[in-house]
Amino acid sequence: MSTYDLSSGAGRPVRRRTPAGRPVSRRRGNTTISPQEAPNRRNTELALLVFAVLLPVLAYANVGLAMDSELPGGMLEYGLGMGSLALVAHLLVRRCAPYADPLMLPLAILLNGLGVVMIWRLDKAGKLLSGNFRAAQNQLMWSALGIALFIGVMVFLKDHRVLQRYTYISMVAALVLLAAPAFFPARAEDFGAKIWIRMGGFSIQPGEFAKVILTVFFAGYLMVKRDALALASRRFMGLYLPRGRDLGPIVVIWLLSLLILIFENDLGTSFLFFGLFVVMLYVATERTSWILFGLLMSVGGATAVAMTTSHVKTRIDAWLDPMAAFAPKPPKGSTEQIGQSLMALGSGGVTGSGLGQGRSWLINFAAKSDFILGSFGEELGLTGLMAIFLLYALLVQRGLRTALAARDPFGKLFAVGLASAMALQVFVVAGGVTGLIPLTGMTMPFLAQGGSSVVANWALIAILLKISDSARRPGVEPAPATEGQGGPAR
Amino acid sequence: MSELTLTVMRLGFLAVLWLFVIVAIQVIRSDLFGTKVNPRSSRRGGAPTAAGAGAGTAPTAGRPAPGPGPGGNAAAQTQTQGGGGRRRGAPTQLVVVQGSLAGTTVALQGQTITLGRAHDSTIVLDDDYASSRHARIYPDQTGQWTVEDLGSTNGTYLDRQRLTAPTPLQPGMPIRIGRTVIELRK
Repeated sequence: MSTYDLSSGAGRPVRRRTPAGRPVSRRRGNTTISPQEAPNRRNTELALLVFAVLLPVLAYANVGLAMDSELPGGMLEYGLGMGSLALVAHLLVRRCAPYADPLMLPLAILLNGLGVVMIWRLDKAGKLLSGNFRAAQNQLMWSALGIALFIGVMVFLKDHRVLQRYTYISMVAALVLLAAPAFFPARAEDFGAKIWIRMGGFSIQPGEFAKVILTVFFAGYLMVKRDALALASRRFMGLYLPRGRDLGPIVVIWLLSLLILIFENDLGTSFLFFGLFVVMLYVATERTSWILFGLLMSVGGATAVAMTTSHVKTRIDAWLDPMAAFAPKPPKGSTEQIGQSLMALGSGGVTGSGLGQGRSWLINFAAKSDFILGSFGEELGLTGLMAIFLLYALLVQRGLRTALAARDPFGKLFAVGLASAMALQVFVVAGGVTGLIPLTGMTMPFLAQGGSSVVANWALIAILLKISDSARRPGVEPAPATEGQGGPAR
Repeated sequence: MSELTLTVMRLGFLAVLWLFVIVAIQVIRSDLFGTKVNPRSSRRGGAPTAAGAGAGTAPTAGRPAPGPGPGGNAAAQTQTQGGGGRRRGAPTQLVVVQGSLAGTTVALQGQTITLGRAHDSTIVLDDDYASSRHARIYPDQTGQWTVEDLGSTNGTYLDRQRLTAPTPLQPGMPIRIGRTVIELRK
């Protein structure tokens, strides 16, 4: 790019960028439209990262001052821990994905950091919270592991299009991961949902990883088949009805998600799985009829299963009447959690009770995991919860923006899939905690306690960053004619 | 801790949290509110030679309509070519106007742009009528953007002419590949 005052060399006065100078050039219509700002925005990312690390440190200070009237001892270590993780991730993005989106990494770091603070704060509730154990250390360790996987993806995934080769392998892998928990014995403390694999003292939730792998399959499959699914259709009452045989894939996925619902008793995974497919089908074919079919099938399927399976039925009963558990004679199998979470949200009010001053430990063990939004809602209030939702919304928006900018159809579908998986998960969890939809066993991405969730979501962010890097990259080899010399040397 | 301090901290934390959200939105402002129009502070590219100085405002006048007066514009272009700066009439981006990728843009920075169904193309065409390696668009020795068909099955069309040899491109000329239409823009 040439610089601005090249013309000044001819002995004429320098035309500076003064307010007076602007109207002159305006009048001549002498304007340029800049397509985007400078493509490489790593410095913006760094600045936002510093902000995103300092914000949880402030939250630590707030919790410590509120609970012990002194700055907490571990504050510096937690700050340094999150800070160094963020720094490593940032340096790697500079190296491996220099044109990646500047917003995703800071958003993920901030959500992760806020989650660790809230878990630490609930650890401090001590015996008040039944079954309490120190989880903040673990969460920080899992975050480090997540960043390690992030780095692994960044280094080894040179181009997201490579994943397209593994379309059907990833289908098999995802199905194995989704089906695996059904073969492990159920345990009492899992509350019916069988979504964990336990080995020794160590448990993982394979559904979180299946989410990412399944998206690879959906994107690869729909990219090849979308013309058949979009074009071969009859028009009926303003809707494009697909041919009978094209309904095959959606019926298969629907049956699989129902099987998950029946054998693993988990509404969340089942809904995420099917919803993801319907969203991607819609994006690939631009046919509204698929959404209609999807909604009808999921409502029909869920109702049918709810009639027959007792666990799902309890969940739906608890949703319809969250306060039933507090009745003098609570119905069998009822749970207090949704009612408690609604009370936590209510007692938070508009601006919350302040960090460290709520009573969200009353939600028991789940306050750190499934109901962490309830804890945030109580201590930060509606104002804070809205900000958290906006952080997620921004993360999803960046994913969808990446999909718009991507230059290859696989990358587009892949990015849409990853972003919508995150959006669906946030919706399912937030809907469950606020009583909008029946509660499911999913965790809030980054925020909630849970190793698999944090690790898998860091991998998801790494892939999105990779796609956005290749989408925003201006081009590889600059030709000598237009670049390099930077205008006449004078 | 006094009640007042805690209240201040509580509201302060919420304010800082929202500040982060607002800063983040500022970063992506160009996505939300469209592109930014910058007034040019000075004439860029080759003014100092006699032709450039004499032409003065000629390139400015000729700018809105793509290449109506090839004389003045081309002269100015070749003048600055040797210096290698960004020329006034030079296209800055390639835009997909029609087809499944409509709306996609690629910034032109002197790189070769390959078009086709192959996964490693710059623009991967998801078009039944496109070949794996269909065409390429590149700046030739003089910096003039040129389109070349790479032996595709269904051909590359410039307006309605099927390409048989590398052809120089002017901004606004539609390049048609199957159902996809691409053009260079300034």
